[in-house]
Amino acid sequence: MSANLFDKVWEAHKVGSLPSGRDQLFIGLHLVHEVTSPQAFAMLAERGLKVAYPERSFATCDHIVPTADQSRPFGDPQAEVMMAALEANAAAAGITFFGLDSGRQGIVHVIGPELGLTQPGMTIACGDSHTSTHGAFGAIAFGIGTSQVRDVLATQTLAMDRPKVRRIEASGSLGLGVGAKDLILFILSRLGVEGGLGYAYEYSGPAVRALGMEARMTLCNMSIEGGARAGYVSPDEATFAYVRGRPYAPAERDWEAALAYWRSVASGPDASFDDEVSIDASAIEPMVTWGVNPGQGIGVSERMPRLAELEPERRDGARLAYAHMGFAEGDRIAGKRIDVAFIGSCTNGRISDLREAAAIAKGRKVAKGVRALVVPGSQAVAAQARLEGLDLVFKEAGFEWRGAGCSMCLAMNPDKLVGSQLCASSSNRNFIGRQGSSLGRTLLMSPAMAAAAALSGEVVDSRSF
Amino acid sequence: MAHNASARTIVSGRALPLREDDVDTDRIIPARYMKGVSFEGLGDFAFRDARFDESGKPTGHPFNDPRFAGASILVVNRNFGCGSSREHAPQALSRAGIAALVGESFAEIFAGNCVSLGIPAASVGHEAAREIQDLVGSDPSLAVEVDLEAREVRAGVRRFALSMPESHRKALVTGLWDSTAELLPGAAAVRALAGERGRSARLPYLGWARAGS
Repeated sequence: MSANLFDKVWEAHKVGSLPSGRDQLFIGLHLVHEVTSPQAFAMLAERGLKVAYPERSFATCDHIVPTADQSRPFGDPQAEVMMAALEANAAAAGITFFGLDSGRQGIVHVIGPELGLTQPGMTIACGDSHTSTHGAFGAIAFGIGTSQVRDVLATQTLAMDRPKVRRIEASGSLGLGVGAKDLILFILSRLGVEGGLGYAYEYSGPAVRALGMEARMTLCNMSIEGGARAGYVSPDEATFAYVRGRPYAPAERDWEAALAYWRSVASGPDASFDDEVSIDASAIEPMVTWGVNPGQGIGVSERMPRLAELEPERRDGARLAYAHMGFAEGDRIAGKRIDVAFIGSCTNGRISDLREAAAIAKGRKVAKGVRALVVPGSQAVAAQARLEGLDLVFKEAGFEWRGAGCSMCLAMNPDKLVGSQLCASSSNRNFIGRQGSSLGRTLLMSPAMAAAAALSGEVVDSRSF
Repeated sequence: MAHNASARTIVSGRALPLREDDVDTDRIIPARYMKGVSFEGLGDFAFRDARFDESGKPTGHPFNDPRFAGASILVVNRNFGCGSSREHAPQALSRAGIAALVGESFAEIFAGNCVSLGIPAASVGHEAAREIQDLVGSDPSLAVEVDLEAREVRAGVRRFALSMPESHRKALVTGLWDSTAELLPGAAAVRALAGERGRSARLPYLGWARAGS
């Protein structure tokens, strides 16, 4: 038996043990955005502390950025204040900032990988729970609170307890038209939204190995939805090929050293884990959530569970979900009429996601009465999509084509649901009120499924397109 | 160099029950109320969407119930605080007067954020959480104590064993919950690990040149 990736990377970054019993963990990459950092910079100033390692932090703006009119000052004065605060804080601390005029702005979890900042064998922290995304590269990456953002700025370290590690082995292969979003929604439906408490997840098995890097990001992104603070895939040749040559990737003269380090931290075939779970990927169909947490999902051909079929501790949650969603136990998810379709977010706002949705949308029209948005995850994704003509495909089909940002995933910007609208969304959370209306309703699904719903006006199996 | 940190051994007060599993941080503080550069004023928006309906009329939410006005211990169920890592959630609760949480279980990032603010989040198990909710529901004036030294929650004459990560408990009872203060003395060890000009034995990547600009 040998150590798994998580334990090896943790050990390499461990500075020492703290009086509270926690480990002091060095953070190799710190990503910063406008919502969870201004208070941290203020706390730092209040204590007369400076940013200890500014070259290891990188900032961008994503949550509050409007995706329609991005001219400054922003229409929302509060958003403008937050943006200006981040610009000033980054400049004063000497932290690289990827602003709207940089060509590199975007959702923090999209730009980290595309710039090559995200690399295997690193520890990565950000004041955002979807930092688990970066685990796709074989990094230990997790979300932190604002006081911890202050910790990283002041010391480049965090006080952490080491979690246990659970391997989730996905055997078989995903069927045609079934992808990483379906895989993670399936895992969440089986392990629950609290099943990962105290764990980091290592995703492995042939169905995971077969995923491209962007699909692995989708998978790791939603680890937090299962209660696991971190999720990762041990790196392989696909990982190395993705990283190579990106602006912040190791230079060619350091490439062999990089490969040697990355291979040394990978989980070997005899790696040991605290817990192991197996699932059969071949049995998964396109998934859709019917409730108000991401674990409440079913295959598109299935009926919503009857309360009596659920484990007793899940019934109250299902009751609440049906009351909010206006659905009844035993209903089919297919055929539910939607009002809005949203394609984007740190879960599914990358170029492969847009290609997948465009392949469905091409030559077709958004259904009457449906508002459909495509929001690229970054300026680079938007540029690539334009190069491939995907923006035209979407626009011709009747989708709104927007600028990069978090948009309707969390509605801290002008993109919001209205009233009790039902939204087919490629984002990560179907929590009550998440998309900006306290009565709004969210169905989580893949970009292909969201595109298919936009065209049909109802939930439909995207494999029929 | 402790910074305003003091030991949090016992929190005493009245309690209010919030009966629901998987309460996420978007529910605790909807994102649209996070548009600001400080945590000031967040207390008014704790559970905003659950406390008021579309027309702005107050609902029967426990935070609106006059019987629980002034309560400082929030009694919850399973996986409380799941979802977004926003520290705005415990900040909002704290500013709404909550000094401790008791429940079946807590999401990890939320529990860590609570410790950062000196707020204990104590797990008592499925049955105990419900029992405490019933007790304070029927008698909102009941004296409740969260005792981290004795590792128990007392509700009137009833006692319930509590658990939390030992590092969290230790940080709170010793006043070491200000993590920056705990981490700063390690600066020399951090420099040793990070190495001179990026030459780090354990973390070679700190010294690699970049492929591009």
